[in-house]
Amino acid sequence: MEKKTVIEAIGICKSFQGPTEVKVLSDVSFAIYSSEFVSVVGKSGCGKSTLLYILSTMDTNYEGDLMLDGVSMKNKKDAVLAKVRNEKIGFVFQFHYLINEFNNLRNVMLPALKMGKFTSEEIEAHAYAKLKMLGIEKEALKFPNQLSGGQKQRVAIARALINEPLIIMGDEPTGNLDKKNSDIVFDIFKELVETYKQSLLIVTHDLDFAAKTQRTITMEDGQLTHTIH
Amino acid sequence: MKFKLISQIAIALLTARLKQSLVAAFGVTFSITMFITLLSFMGGLNDMLDDLILNRTPHIRLYSEILPSPVQPIEQSIHNADAYHFVAHIKPKNELSSIRNSEAIMDALNQDNHVLGFAPKTALPIFYNLGTIHLSGILNGIDIDAESRLFSFQDYVIAGEPIDLKNTPNSLILGIGVANKMLVQIGDMVQITTSEGTPFNLKVVGIFQSGIEELDKVQSYTTIATTQKILGKPASYINDIQVKIFDINMAPALAKQYHTLFDTEAIDIQTANAQFETGSSVRTLISYAVGITLLIVAGFGIYNILNMMIYEKMDSIAILKATGFSGRDVNAIFITIALSIGLIGGALGLLFGLGLSAIIGEIPFNTPSLPTVTTYPINYNPKFYIIGAIFSIITTYLAGYFPSRKASQIDPVDIIRGK
Repeated sequence: MEKKTVIEAIGICKSFQGPTEVKVLSDVSFAIYSSEFVSVVGKSGCGKSTLLYILSTMDTNYEGDLMLDGVSMKNKKDAVLAKVRNEKIGFVFQFHYLINEFNNLRNVMLPALKMGKFTSEEIEAHAYAKLKMLGIEKEALKFPNQLSGGQKQRVAIARALINEPLIIMGDEPTGNLDKKNSDIVFDIFKELVETYKQSLLIVTHDLDFAAKTQRTITMEDGQLTHTIH
Repeated sequence: MKFKLISQIAIALLTARLKQSLVAAFGVTFSITMFITLLSFMGGLNDMLDDLILNRTPHIRLYSEILPSPVQPIEQSIHNADAYHFVAHIKPKNELSSIRNSEAIMDALNQDNHVLGFAPKTALPIFYNLGTIHLSGILNGIDIDAESRLFSFQDYVIAGEPIDLKNTPNSLILGIGVANKMLVQIGDMVQITTSEGTPFNLKVVGIFQSGIEELDKVQSYTTIATTQKILGKPASYINDIQVKIFDINMAPALAKQYHTLFDTEAIDIQTANAQFETGSSVRTLISYAVGITLLIVAGFGIYNILNMMIYEKMDSIAILKATGFSGRDVNAIFITIALSIGLIGGALGLLFGLGLSAIIGEIPFNTPSLPTVTTYPINYNPKFYIIGAIFSIITTYLAGYFPSRKASQIDPVDIIRGK
């Protein structure tokens, strides 16, 4: 069990300030290890998405601490967090969020171009490789609005993979897909974990999906209730 | 590399809303075009009016005038020194209205390296005799070469050759107003009478039109020698020395210096034509104000299109931020959009402005008062183009600043969760 810790939440609390204070997360602590496939389930409004956005560093308004790759993300500047997201986290959302003005290949290349570690030729080759891995290299030069929902989601996964992140986070990545496409996406995730040793953290309310992952964290009223291995 | 990426994203967003972007750019183009045209036209007009007066006006005029003695004897009395004195019994002397020692003054002016040149002049009041009718007028004896060189005299001679004044003895160039009244043409003889009653016959060798009607009705020109002959005065008899200097701004100081040095009256152009500069600067100010107003309106156009773009592209901005673009990158993207609208629109505006002012410069503009002007005057001063370019960049930057800041502050969580 001596695996490398990828991301660790330490006593994270968050509440929304409104007419009355609403506590969304209270004292959430857990860790995800490398090449682990974790799902978070819970009813709507239990705080699972909120937790994901805190873990993704996009939401910085919380108490407690977040360790990403052994480094605390607390009190970091916007530009530093942007760099962390760029290099260490890949995202897949319920909606694909591809940029319609760019073709699929460029959409995939975008985070890598931002990172600027490789030349654009190298990045293009990487992007092609990712698309090929996901079986959609034929669609590379099409534009996102020419693709089906399942294909778009696969392009979005390729985009999440392009910078070889520590962890991929998904917010209901299959929420908008039919059964067939959901299965395709799940198989891709599974392959990523098994073949490429990729860590995954997926928030979902699809219990079938969750049941097939290695570990399922269940949330209720802002707290972790139990974990199934 | 990073700039390349940001500009690629900016271009993608621009082309996504190509029509609106073009409309915004056209707003800038239109305002810069009008700005350039307005200033070039106004500048040309100002130059023309300046030429009309200033080029024909000496920078410093030396003359002698009949004046009362500046110091009355009673003021020198030691009694009641601080009282006001009414008694001024020393009246002006009957002096020659010529400049004393004019030859020496002209020698001195020749040596002075501030002086571009000077033209001596002898003016005398006369009557043009037309049968029994006497029209009052002024006969100016001039040095035709100096006058042509310094005050573009030849431009205003609309018939005949100015040089004939020198070649034909007892000749004159007649103002067009008088010539029309007297029904004379080149080659005709006119009779004039001096104020003392001496009659004299002169041959018309040219017709003169200054553009100022009042002058054309009374003025006529002959050589200095002819006026001296009519008056029966020696060759040193000069009323007036018109001096042109290299630096017009030195005119007041030099006028003061000449006044004490030569012991004559001296007036500088700034004092004599003070209202003129005021008119020019107010006209320039108005054209700048109108031009800049146009640009500000165009700026609002850019502000609008960017705001719209940000609302439409909220998702793209959110995903850019989620995948690692910082607020500053997003800000740079939208500033780039604003500046490219400004640069493209501004560059086209400069070109169209040049074109439009060139077209205006070809439109015929004939007015009897301006014999040298045949088309609308245009001033192609590069200064206007530089100001136009700078202002288009500044206004588009400001118009892009607030929307860009808003875009950079978009919280991706709000957008992504909002779905």
